[in-house]
Amino acid sequence: MNTVPITDLAAVVRSKNAGPYELTLDIMFRDERDYRFLKEMNFFTGALFAGLYGIPESKIITVVYFDAAFAVKCTIVRPTVSGAPGDTDIYGAQQHAPLLNLRVPLRKA
Amino acid sequence: MKRAAYKVLSPTAILGYGFPERSFRKGVEKKPDLIAVDAGSTDPGPHYLGVGKSFTSRSAVKRDLEMMLEGAIGLSLPCIIGTAGGSGAREHVAWTESIIREIAKERGYSFRMAVIYADVSKRDIVSAMRKGKVYPLPPAPEITPDEVSKSVRVVAQMGAEPVIDALEQGCQVILCGRCYDPIPFAAPAILKGYDPGLALHMGKILECAAIAATPGSGADCIMGTLFDDCFELESLNDQRQFTCISTAAHTLYEKTDPYHLPGPGGSLDLKGTRFEPLEGGRVRVTGSAFVPADPYTVKLEGVKPAGFRTISIAGIRDPILIGRLDSVLETIRQQTKEATGFDGSILFHVYGKNAVMGEMEPEREGQPREVGLVMEVIGDTQRSANDACSYARSTLLHFGYPGRISTAGNLALLYSPSDIPCGKVYVFNIYHLMEVDDPRALFPMKIYEVKP
Repeated sequence: MNTVPITDLAAVVRSKNAGPYELTLDIMFRDERDYRFLKEMNFFTGALFAGLYGIPESKIITVVYFDAAFAVKCTIVRPTVSGAPGDTDIYGAQQHAPLLNLRVPLRKA
Repeated sequence: MKRAAYKVLSPTAILGYGFPERSFRKGVEKKPDLIAVDAGSTDPGPHYLGVGKSFTSRSAVKRDLEMMLEGAIGLSLPCIIGTAGGSGAREHVAWTESIIREIAKERGYSFRMAVIYADVSKRDIVSAMRKGKVYPLPPAPEITPDEVSKSVRVVAQMGAEPVIDALEQGCQVILCGRCYDPIPFAAPAILKGYDPGLALHMGKILECAAIAATPGSGADCIMGTLFDDCFELESLNDQRQFTCISTAAHTLYEKTDPYHLPGPGGSLDLKGTRFEPLEGGRVRVTGSAFVPADPYTVKLEGVKPAGFRTISIAGIRDPILIGRLDSVLETIRQQTKEATGFDGSILFHVYGKNAVMGEMEPEREGQPREVGLVMEVIGDTQRSANDACSYARSTLLHFGYPGRISTAGNLALLYSPSDIPCGKVYVFNIYHLMEVDDPRALFPMKIYEVKP
């Protein structure tokens, strides 16, 4: 199957705290058809996100699709509680970069 | 009976973030029923609740409040401020109250004001714990009464009930301590009998103001209009608009799960929510439902001290040192501890090499051309942190690592003085739900007749 960089299809790729103990990752697609295609093949799984971040699947809290925004969201346990000694991203706003390297299957035009 | 439209003006994402005067005036011309703002967040981290200070500046908060009070007094509207001073503890509320009183004096305003506090005593928490009425919000850990005793400040997020009480007592300005973010926008509508699911979902979007529009901004005004069976959103700046995607995208923002948003006394169920585009860059939202919870729970937020921090910032450009930096830094850490007897934390943040993502960084190949180094020391006292940071910095500056040919100094120190004492460090240690019998009991209110 042909694959393309996710940046060809996504309008938004971002990370942010969901409270001080969780980090949430959002990918939103520009075209509903790309979103539906990847949702139907269940491309985004806990295992996929765990692999991208080098974390055990037990740290994945949820992977959920949100049709209204053509979006998939993954929430993980923060490696360090926000602002605690050793935390390096208080707002969790720069933890999305591994998602930008992702290649995703391309639907047939 | 069909209720009239209920219009809520939200000037900015956080009180003190500012907004264009033109957008605000346009909102006032549309004759809103309420001006409300959220002033807080846990996002800036545990420090602000710990020290009892705001993460916004006094002059910026005063400027925003001047415009809001002028609008509210001019149109005889309620003006509601949630999570005063950023964290909503007693000190934060007092700080914001002093700004409001200063404005009233300078401008000659008179109004009835409610001040609602959200501090929770440690004794009440421990007593509830003993009855099994306090439980962690996973992944926050279980806590013991001993852990609660270490907190310096604990606040609870209030629901609509205390704000409704203030409105029923005729208060025009309502200053809230820690508050569930949508409440300042939703409480008056809930009092008037609008659907709480729609009122709270509208509040959820209004509390971030134009962040939910496109292009987004944390410093611009929007209007939400609530009806019996839907609400509508519009930007008050022609350069922005609401789209179904921008609105839906905001529903995901900072949430664990976009379909289920828990709050005081119940949760928002967005499984049936629909977004519909309207002309003029507006969006209509339907189908959001509030599901009451029994027992009623409120969220507690508390922080405890974790020592004192000192930092020093430097660059490194020497490729020989960068090539062996990890082992050099480990040696410096050990030497500092051995030489000074320091038993706190010594952390090295190497910007250019995994400083942002740490263990989660997937790309570890290649050597950076230069790196930024933040030396961070956390000790029991400011003095011990200063001493250890000074020792680590001077030792690293002149450290003779294997293969060194640059013998004059290893660091491009950024500042003189090179070491910066940062004061107390705090960490979140309470992030729990507490069952309450009465949603008002934790939130005492004072009412004042404010005169110039």
